[in-house]
Amino acid sequence: MLKLPENFQSYGDARRAGFMRLKEAKENGARVVGVYCSFVPHELILAAGASAVPLCATSEEPIAAAEADLPRNLCPLIKASYGFAKTDTCPYFYFSDFIVGETTCDGKKKMFELLNDIKETYVLQLPSSRNAAALELWKKELIAFKEKLESFYHITITDDDIRQAIRRKNRERKVMKTFFELGTLNPAPISGYELSTRTDSSGFELNIDKRCEAIEERIAQVQADWEANYKGKPSNKPRILVTGCPFGGVRDKIVKTVEELGADVVAFDSCSGVREKIELVDETMPVMDALAKKYLNINCSVMSPNNTRIEYIGEMIEEYAIDGVLEIILQACHTFNVESHLVKKYVTGRGMPYLMLETDYSTADAGQINTRLSAFLETIG
Amino acid sequence: MRYIGIDIGSTASKTVVLEDGKEDICFTLPTGWSGKETAMAICKKLDADKGGDRIVATGYGRVCVDYADKIVTEITCHGRGGSQLFGTDCTIIDVGGQDTKVITVSGGTVTDFLMNDKCSAGTGKFLEIMAGRLGATMEELFALAEGSDPVPISSMCTVFAESEVISHIGSGEKRGDIAAGVVDSVASRVAGLCTRHGIRGKAALTGGLCNSPYFIQRLSEKLGVPVETHSMGRYAGALGAALIARQGGKSFR
Repeated sequence: MLKLPENFQSYGDARRAGFMRLKEAKENGARVVGVYCSFVPHELILAAGASAVPLCATSEEPIAAAEADLPRNLCPLIKASYGFAKTDTCPYFYFSDFIVGETTCDGKKKMFELLNDIKETYVLQLPSSRNAAALELWKKELIAFKEKLESFYHITITDDDIRQAIRRKNRERKVMKTFFELGTLNPAPISGYELSTRTDSSGFELNIDKRCEAIEERIAQVQADWEANYKGKPSNKPRILVTGCPFGGVRDKIVKTVEELGADVVAFDSCSGVREKIELVDETMPVMDALAKKYLNINCSVMSPNNTRIEYIGEMIEEYAIDGVLEIILQACHTFNVESHLVKKYVTGRGMPYLMLETDYSTADAGQINTRLSAFLETIG
Repeated sequence: MRYIGIDIGSTASKTVVLEDGKEDICFTLPTGWSGKETAMAICKKLDADKGGDRIVATGYGRVCVDYADKIVTEITCHGRGGSQLFGTDCTIIDVGGQDTKVITVSGGTVTDFLMNDKCSAGTGKFLEIMAGRLGATMEELFALAEGSDPVPISSMCTVFAESEVISHIGSGEKRGDIAAGVVDSVASRVAGLCTRHGIRGKAALTGGLCNSPYFIQRLSEKLGVPVETHSMGRYAGALGAALIARQGGKSFR
């Protein structure tokens, strides 16, 4: 069994605990914007005096209802996002003033068209490359989004508001990155299951400063525990890097299982991992240029080409002393699935074991996944 | 000391016993509905003794063997057993009852593997169901297929393919041609998995289909390389488990 702290909150617990806080905040007039993806610049939402809340997207439950309108062979994350909205079972969706989507993958951008019938969905047009023209277009999109927030809330957002929001968000990135970097220690001072659950759940705390404080407190505890009890006693458990799609909906089936089988998941190259935290927003540049640059550089597979992801995986392998790379692909996620070919080529080219698992939110393949993970760990030895 | 490998597969359970100075023993029992009961039957047959035997269990029912000293996945065991039978650098193709795996072995150890998707296309289960539909045993299915002209069976899904077979039967296709179509469909799926994974070194077939020269011939044609096999091929997993038992190591309880 995994060693989890006594007060550990599962993702589901944290999600439920956030409902009441959100309800109360709304009753006191709080502005709330619902978001799905890390490409949405939280800074602009913060600058509008609003909170960006993560919407529910990681459960099998509402998928059947979603399949009444969406094709079955679509990514479970997209189906769950839509299903939660359709069945009105995501309080965060319910309390959102409006939703912000983005044209990341084809499935999502078309789903947002349907979602708009349930609640106003504003879609950011994200380009899929990183050249100067794309950057210019993206900057215009962000300016339009700022204007959307201004007209929606009847406010004016100044550059100063944005600059302040950038500082707060950068602080959060640094805190989260420090938290993830606990994984560089050997023996691993914290389970990957806890690490990822906490970071995914932290968005349910609306106050960004409180969010940082809670993580900082846990970092201090973990560090103290490691210094006192584990330092100088390196473990020979295989150290795993998890990469690929957002894995919140398969955390128990994959991350927890591989750790229970005797590995340590120490590093996450994923949407809710360090992928968005690597690059801070430049605090010296004009604000909209700085935001456009930072967000366009996120290493998501919707970008073409996306060499920087492979480069970063290489750096992480060194930094976290990785023994094997585990790639999680959600069924029908074409961009990550195709890109996995390049990741595999790179990782195995370094003589490192690599396993790709393609799965959805159901538990139908739990037994087969267990066998694949066990065999993968046996190849690491 | 006896070193025993037990491979509880979804269809058949295989056992290999290695003992220094004695001839190797191997036997098969049908798994039936309960892996636990099969494991007990094997225990009885072996007259297994905790002190004098070292036992490694593998296969999808590996956890059913509660008297095993160690549990290892069928992927590692097929790789280990396969490298004993076919050499230390090869690609093992194991067509099992519910899983098909392609395993890269280099220097005697498994370095990489690929398994079929969660559906049963391209596995022994597919052949079993289609043989049943044609009123034949597995042996008869291969005998019927030999020398026949395969009718195309294009459905990937076992359930849909069964309907396809029924419509072929209905339209009066020859039984042998349908049987050949069924075998062809599995050979194509297995070859597809091999191509996706890549064949390094020689290709070798293990698992229940090793005893069918017709299947091996079809698979070789589709892959464009000769596929080797061995009389012990279906015991590769159990053999690997027994070899791991003999090798020992600190992870044994």
